[in-house]
Amino acid sequence: MPAFLHGFGRYVPERVVTNEEMAGLIGRTAEWIEGASGIRERRWASAQTSVADLALAAARDCLGRAGVEATALGMIIVASGSARPGFPGPAADVAAQLGLENTPALDVPMASAGSLFGMAMAAQMAAHFGDVLVIGAEKMSAVIESAPLEANTAMLFGDGAGAVLISARLGRWEILDAVLHSDGQYRDSLAFDWSTPLRMNGLSVILQAARKMPSSIEEVLGRQKMSAAEVAVFLLHQANQNLLLRVAKSLGVPGERVYSNVARYGNTSSASMLIAAAEWSRESPAAGPVVFSAFGAGFHWGAILAK
Amino acid sequence: MSDANRHARLLGVLKTITAQPLPADDDESLFESGLLDSFALPDLVSALEQEFSIKVPDRDLNPRKFDSVSRMETYLEDHGA
Repeated sequence: MPAFLHGFGRYVPERVVTNEEMAGLIGRTAEWIEGASGIRERRWASAQTSVADLALAAARDCLGRAGVEATALGMIIVASGSARPGFPGPAADVAAQLGLENTPALDVPMASAGSLFGMAMAAQMAAHFGDVLVIGAEKMSAVIESAPLEANTAMLFGDGAGAVLISARLGRWEILDAVLHSDGQYRDSLAFDWSTPLRMNGLSVILQAARKMPSSIEEVLGRQKMSAAEVAVFLLHQANQNLLLRVAKSLGVPGERVYSNVARYGNTSSASMLIAAAEWSRESPAAGPVVFSAFGAGFHWGAILAK
Repeated sequence: MSDANRHARLLGVLKTITAQPLPADDDESLFESGLLDSFALPDLVSALEQEFSIKVPDRDLNPRKFDSVSRMETYLEDHGA
């Protein structure tokens, strides 16, 4: 049963944290931050704003753009690695605030690759449950502020949410295929649990991501007998600009083919790929084929091809 | 391949990637000395694969294996390069 992408949504908080402000917090220069990451600014939510609040705003944006009432949803999936621990997770909160009383609401407690995994699951579930709203929402400022700021991680992250509506009804982009992978032997390379500061072995993360993202993209394209050159845009997890360009280089495509907004929002973990998709779709509403790909803590990674 | 030849070719790869003078001590950490960082490392691995006609599998993508000239030489020797 085919599944289709019907539209995207996004929300970012109003507060802009520039590199100049960040430099003062972490004892580095604005130029160093941009040189190391390609990031110029990020958004931080207020202390009162929750992951569910961010997710709800992106959900409403997505539903409005897709022309679908919340009550028509068959399921919602909320991916987040920065939601506060405990139960219920943010999906129940979002469902309640959307006015849903009987609709299944599923949490995917994964960081950067969560929205990609949510999309792949939704593509399979849409035929059975009906339209599935997938949201990636993160309040990474709370993660980095849960301990004294550490320069190499604090400079990277921002807050925000992205959303996509996936349906078995005919839509603009058909999901042709998805590949997902996990390798838990790297579970300590990028980890966070609120009791200790965020732990990131940057060397290991970049080394693995630079190899695994292109390989999963080539895997999904190969299964559909397509090449990277045929793809209109690559919508990737916005980890940092250097990694985005490295993926483009590995695939043999121009860097411009990989959509990037990391300079404006930083790394918003599971939200980033869908925020990028929302902004790209408003600039290029008819373009395709499209490849989504993400890599994150776990490690989890994969790619989705839509045409 | 002789050890001297492998060593010379390895230093050539490293000079290309780092564009800086290399440490005199082959055991010195290239990460701690600042010659290699997380963004140069993937380029280094790709360059080693090309120069020595080897394939570094994902399971070997451990930064410690590429932390110094001597560790890289050990890796290359173990993999027949």
